[in-house]
Amino acid sequence: MAELVTLTAGIEELVRDGDSVALEGFTHLIPFAAGHEVLRRRRTDLELIRMTPDVLYDQMIGMGCARRLVFSYGGNPGVGSLHRFRDAIEHGWPRPLEIEEHSHAGMASRYVAGAADLPFGVLRGYGGTDLAAHTQVGTVTCPFTGEELAAVPALRPDVAIVHAQEADRQGNVQLWGIPGVHKEAVFSATRSLVTVERIVDELEPRPGAVVLPGWVIDAVAEAPGGSRPSYSLGVTERDNGFYREWDAISRDRDGFRAWMEQHVLSGVPA
Amino acid sequence: MKPADAGEIQTVVAARRLRSARTVFIGVGRPSTAAILSRQVHNPELVLVYESGTIGAKPQRIPLSIGDGELAETADAVVSVPEMFSYWIGPGRIEVAFLGAAQVDRFANLNSTVIGAYDHPRTRLPGAGGAPEIAASCGEVIVVAPHSPRTFVEALDFVTTVGHGDGPGARERLGFRGRGPTAVITELGVLEPDAETKELTLTQVHEGVEVDDVRAATGWRLRVAEALRTTEPPSDQELGALRELVSR
Repeated sequence: MAELVTLTAGIEELVRDGDSVALEGFTHLIPFAAGHEVLRRRRTDLELIRMTPDVLYDQMIGMGCARRLVFSYGGNPGVGSLHRFRDAIEHGWPRPLEIEEHSHAGMASRYVAGAADLPFGVLRGYGGTDLAAHTQVGTVTCPFTGEELAAVPALRPDVAIVHAQEADRQGNVQLWGIPGVHKEAVFSATRSLVTVERIVDELEPRPGAVVLPGWVIDAVAEAPGGSRPSYSLGVTERDNGFYREWDAISRDRDGFRAWMEQHVLSGVPA
Repeated sequence: MKPADAGEIQTVVAARRLRSARTVFIGVGRPSTAAILSRQVHNPELVLVYESGTIGAKPQRIPLSIGDGELAETADAVVSVPEMFSYWIGPGRIEVAFLGAAQVDRFANLNSTVIGAYDHPRTRLPGAGGAPEIAASCGEVIVVAPHSPRTFVEALDFVTTVGHGDGPGARERLGFRGRGPTAVITELGVLEPDAETKELTLTQVHEGVEVDDVRAATGWRLRVAEALRTTEPPSDQELGALRELVSR
């Protein structure tokens, strides 16, 4: 069964220097509190994996905890650039960042293969693009039709961290709204931590919800508001104002560092 | 009513393209505004599909991200990312896709990855997202982009997304299901691929725009259709609805 832990203890126990770490959440349920705790625990040399790096990975990359990034879309949706992500790739600040990028379809396929414990994912994709020459993609021939298809290696993160609305005291997790690749990230990883808005005595089943039984998760930590400025449908709202403000906060190196010191590093865990 | 500015005309023209569409796949920004507008004034049955997995979303406001809460709350179905790409996009279930790009070439191939060399970029852009497979598999693609020589270039710095490749037959050789780009809508006019050569050709200019303006904003020797049309100006209904939507 999943162990109920504090956020600090969960990160301390499950995330190690040099790990490949997937903090997932497709626009929705992004585990900001957990990512901030990774920074406060001073984890370093991480391989960060995430389809859409978003503001959270901009913060983590800008603080220098990552040596490598695996991703498929590195923008601030609806706003523009992720300045720390760009600075790391364009100028190697605060440290050089190795990248491996895919299309969304390719990343999704990699997670599915990882979750299924298969060696690779298969899709119709990458054809005619320059991406194919710059990333891990091969071809396989269908044994039945002879069709040539793209093959991408399974993602197998050391740790997956996702956020959800609620868990019960046995560590069973329920989440609803946009499910992204939450399930795939948890199943593909060796270890997993789920942060939740609230711990409840009993999960009330919701139609269409994703349930992750406690026995497929290593740890659950309560982190109310833990997806802010992203959101947890039905509990918190996306802080679109902050996503806009991030553009100015993150543009300048010193201003970014000062903001992170004040709002993240000196903060207490949620 | 105050006359429409260039951006409003671009949005209105994009919305008109969805008059008879059943389904449209959209990202954020102007394409999203155009699709929501189209649902309001032209095509109330239009199914909006966002990359976040929200199918049949009915937003009353323009979302900032592709995954705002209102999209999930109003959707007919909310699916995971793997399901979105493998069950909905890949098999060609979506009729029209709206895409943007930082660079567009004469065959409507798109770059959203990098300006400069890949290993030493001058400007690192967000990257592919869903675009390559969306452009390969959706019924048709409509590109919405700002018209300038920086965007409309002779050669892309990086091919993120294939439009018509190197010309006739390219999509068939790659085994793509969809018809590819059918229009590029800018603030100056509309470019459409020539039926035979697949090269983007200016087929429509917006009111007050001269062909020379469009040529000057295009980085290759732009072909102009013999039957060049002038865009019907936005109606009061279109413009009023657009402004009301943006102000919400």
